[in-house]
Amino acid sequence: MDNISHDILIIGGGLAGLRAATAAADEGMSVGLVSKVYPMRSHTVSAEGGAAAVVREDTNDTLQLHFEDTVKGSDFIADQNVVEYFVHEAPNELIQLEHWGCPWSREADGTVSVRAFGGMSVNRTLFAADKSGFHMLHAMFQTTLKFDRVHRYDEHFITKILVEDGVCRGVVAIDLRTGEFRMFTGKATILATGGCGRLWAFTTNAFINTGDGLGVAYRAGAPLSDMEFPQYHPTGLPGTGILITEAARGEGGYLINKDGDRFLKDYIPGRMELGPRDIISRAMMQEFEAGRGIQGHFGEHLLLDLRHLGEAKINEKLPFVRELAENYVGIDPVKAPIPVRPVVHYMMGGVRCDIDGQTPIAGLYAAGECAQEGLNGGNRLGSNSLTECLVFGRRTGHAAAQYAKGLGDRPVNNLTKLADEEERRIVARFFEDSSGDERVGLLRAELQQAMERNVGVYRTKEGLEQAKTDVQALQQRFKRVRLDDKSKVFNTELQAALELENLLDIAETVVEPAILREESRGSQARRDFPDRDDKKFLVHSMMFKTPDGPRVEWQESILEWPNAKLKEMVPVARQY
Amino acid sequence: MAVQTKTIKLTVTRYRPEQERAPVTQSYDVPYNEDWVVLDALQWIKDFEDGTLSFRWSCHMGICGSCGMMVNGTPKLTCAAFLRDYYPGEIRVEPLSNFPIIRDLVVNIDDFMQKLEEIKPYIIRADADTAPVGKGNEFRQAPEQVEDYHQFSMCINCMLCYAACPVYGMEPRFLGPAAIALAHRYNMDSRDEGRDQRMSFVASSEGIWECTFVGECSVVCPKHVDPAAAIQRTKLATTNDFFKSILMPWGNK
Repeated sequence: MDNISHDILIIGGGLAGLRAATAAADEGMSVGLVSKVYPMRSHTVSAEGGAAAVVREDTNDTLQLHFEDTVKGSDFIADQNVVEYFVHEAPNELIQLEHWGCPWSREADGTVSVRAFGGMSVNRTLFAADKSGFHMLHAMFQTTLKFDRVHRYDEHFITKILVEDGVCRGVVAIDLRTGEFRMFTGKATILATGGCGRLWAFTTNAFINTGDGLGVAYRAGAPLSDMEFPQYHPTGLPGTGILITEAARGEGGYLINKDGDRFLKDYIPGRMELGPRDIISRAMMQEFEAGRGIQGHFGEHLLLDLRHLGEAKINEKLPFVRELAENYVGIDPVKAPIPVRPVVHYMMGGVRCDIDGQTPIAGLYAAGECAQEGLNGGNRLGSNSLTECLVFGRRTGHAAAQYAKGLGDRPVNNLTKLADEEERRIVARFFEDSSGDERVGLLRAELQQAMERNVGVYRTKEGLEQAKTDVQALQQRFKRVRLDDKSKVFNTELQAALELENLLDIAETVVEPAILREESRGSQARRDFPDRDDKKFLVHSMMFKTPDGPRVEWQESILEWPNAKLKEMVPVARQY
Repeated sequence: MAVQTKTIKLTVTRYRPEQERAPVTQSYDVPYNEDWVVLDALQWIKDFEDGTLSFRWSCHMGICGSCGMMVNGTPKLTCAAFLRDYYPGEIRVEPLSNFPIIRDLVVNIDDFMQKLEEIKPYIIRADADTAPVGKGNEFRQAPEQVEDYHQFSMCINCMLCYAACPVYGMEPRFLGPAAIALAHRYNMDSRDEGRDQRMSFVASSEGIWECTFVGECSVVCPKHVDPAAAIQRTKLATTNDFFKSILMPWGNK
């Protein structure tokens, strides 16, 4: 098998992976950037609303306020030292990306504009109309092309992390174009593979968001943390789940029920449409239960009304919203309200790591949505995640480089053996064994329905136990998957099977801590435990893989830390 | 009484290099759903009928640029091509024209990726990496200056324009619409100082001069980038440079 060696391996070519790549390259490292898609296809591209940072003089904004909004938004289980670093670095990273060409929307004096966003007490979200993620990703990717030390391996799908004596040494990947297996070795490996929204049937996430980095890390022994907290975004288009950005409300849009009422006055009158996503999604579900939803072609929905903003503002600030609504639900938001309902959008959880992105496995790092470094807690604030990709992408790339500088070259003999075994496993399982009778597509659909039924906005013990049973049954059935396609070149059925394998492993790390966390906090709303329990649960869940299913450890959230520059927050009732 | 399920026929290009010497076609009857796009139909085939069919897709919202294919002979994003616009007629799905086929509907875009790198699609100025960052340190750019290049920054690299371009089909060395549009995007950016570096490459014979202004690139572009306009303006600018260099050789350092 080929061995491709670089100082630093980065898995994933979205915003976090690319920023990590340039940071490591700046430290003189040779970087191998391995991605299952061309980097500009990564899901960062679909982000719309913007990226938060304290960048303007005229808004009375402070780092302390951004810090407090984020910690309060997290329902107080964010690691506050991490939030402090984040708000401090955010302006640097967003302006660096400006210097690298990002076409941020501007004020007349040429400074960057900011807009309102949910849970942010001050306007601090930079934006490029409503294609912020697209512009950030392309600016970042195109800038990466000038870094000679960054070597891309596009359309390579990783299947395994190579761990030797407790140290991460690299990965095994399939070159999709040829079907050949390749071993990648490096002194440090950074996972930047994004989220796993495709666990659910109704999601804003791209087809590629199958949590591949989460799956391989979990199997390699790294803990997945806070996975009981998927974020439900209030405004997805019924049917497809396509995201209608929160910026639509940031620019002044209303959420209304079938009576035409701005129903949020009954739930979060102090913030209305600019409340945090967990609270607004719950309010929408309660409207459905009270019979104030609207029955549509795809089940119940509510309405996002932009008409009062006027055509000029919609065209200037929300052109993509207009395009998406017209194309996918046949509605021109200038003339009619857009049907919306809560939709799975983002994983607060991920591979547990520290502020440097270091996971408990030496040499293995994580950044971006696939990382749980402590920023988001139980509920991420909209427009913090694009910034998170840059801030922790850079820091992790830098930290991994420092780690790698201390290491010499090591032999790869034993790794080759491990990599060959991995190839053997996949060939034997998916190509040679034709005894099974299960289809990848069907199992994936059933998994997504099982999660949709019982791991939604509101949860119960009974429902979660049912989901656990369903997932276990599907894991068993997966052993009987049979592929139609036994060829090598661009075998997307094999890829889909391996992605499903990842989803099935991850599913148990979502369901189990949701059962064990007997409280309601952030996006975890338990009907049987409606209150927050700070005595027991100011903690992160950490799920470890064992042959008998996931094993939990709880880790206290960091609420005080040495040399704090900002004033820490004591958990209080979360009122807006 | 049995419910009559409507179906629509998709005829899809198949090419599996391990098994076929040349592309062939295969037809599938797919349940007709008026909300579905061509991509949904392909995914239905893959999930429930024939797992061997390969294609690329990701975002399903017209922004990632993965799922471009020829639909009844026209380059389209298949996530934005609705079955209802073809029903009850049949739909022919082929890989994007003018690219080598890797497998089925998956084409090889190495050539574009190379050209993208060659046009230096990034801000070139001495302090791009080193200027102070953070609050108040943005390079100022008025909204009108953003307008100068904004349209050309909307390219999603979906390759529809290359599939539509008759010149690229005949002369693969031609830089092609998207790469030229992106070069123009950076040339027009007030923060950039790299125009001369970029133009030495773009203005070569294979750069822009092969274009015969067919304009199909702008017709098929799903994001209204208008690459044809970028090519025309680049030609004009290059011509101006040429005359300036003859008339005022001292001014063109």
